[in-house]
Amino acid sequence: MMFDSWQAFFAMGGHGLYVWMAYSAAVALLVANLAGLRAERRRTRRQLEDQLRRRAEEGSDASQAP
Amino acid sequence: MTLKELWHRLGSPKWFYQMSGPWQRAFAILSVLLIVAGMAWGLAFAPADYQQGNSFRIIYVHVPAAILAQSVYVALGAAGVLLLVWRMKMAQLVLENLVGFGAWMTALALFTGAVWGKPTWGTWWVFDGRTTSTLVLLFLYFGLYALRRAIPAREAAGRACALLAVVGVINIPVIKYSVEWWTTLHQGATFKLTEAPAMPASMWAPLLVNVLGAYCLFAANVIAKLRTAILRQEQGTAWVREWAGQRVRP
Repeated sequence: MMFDSWQAFFAMGGHGLYVWMAYSAAVALLVANLAGLRAERRRTRRQLEDQLRRRAEEGSDASQAP
Repeated sequence: MTLKELWHRLGSPKWFYQMSGPWQRAFAILSVLLIVAGMAWGLAFAPADYQQGNSFRIIYVHVPAAILAQSVYVALGAAGVLLLVWRMKMAQLVLENLVGFGAWMTALALFTGAVWGKPTWGTWWVFDGRTTSTLVLLFLYFGLYALRRAIPAREAAGRACALLAVVGVINIPVIKYSVEWWTTLHQGATFKLTEAPAMPASMWAPLLVNVLGAYCLFAANVIAKLRTAILRQEQGTAWVREWAGQRVRP
């Protein structure tokens, strides 16, 4: 550990603002990236499942028709 | 399996989908481990620079972001060649789905560069070779994004984007050599193939960890995006219906 205390770690020798801005931007981007990938995946899966369900319902309706 | 067979299979969306689940998980886990370790190491355990002090620690996010920004573009250029020459289906999916990731990495490289420039150079921004060519890279990504949306026919849009991606690769060596060709505030490359790094191992080791983590993140992103895109593209086929069916019934 290069720092004597948590205060020194956060202060970064007076460069805290810059260092933490850079790192928080990177972390925010990584988290957003992961959330975006998962959301897209979920949306696609729902869409495909709905499509299949609809097709199955239409199929059973047709067989019940006189 | 010979290399040629592997190549042909990689061109098949169905095969890729069925094989790539574990690959995605492995790269995702590796990228998280490497990036968390590299960031903690760079922030708390690497020594401060004797001139730049602790602002030097920004290198551990700036360099991996910049490397990815360029690598993603090279991947788009390669996909462009595959699409233009061999009409490879998977290449079109790569071209359609990686632009956002590359653009965000370029934005992160520019942002962290500005934040590093302020305490080091005394300015957020300067129009020199490295920064200007990286800004051009961001605009190339914007161009690919806009071009795709401007052309409604998917195949024509794919070919236009492929052409732009291939031509734009010219910018990559300009970025790389910009710090040697022109007088600049920007420091030279940290890692070179021909020489040992100028900084001590305690400084470059965490950077190497983060660069490896960045490449794993790239791989995980490519695979994840392709998998979702494949499901959408192949939704009429029997195997995708079967895949969705397994999820509907239970």
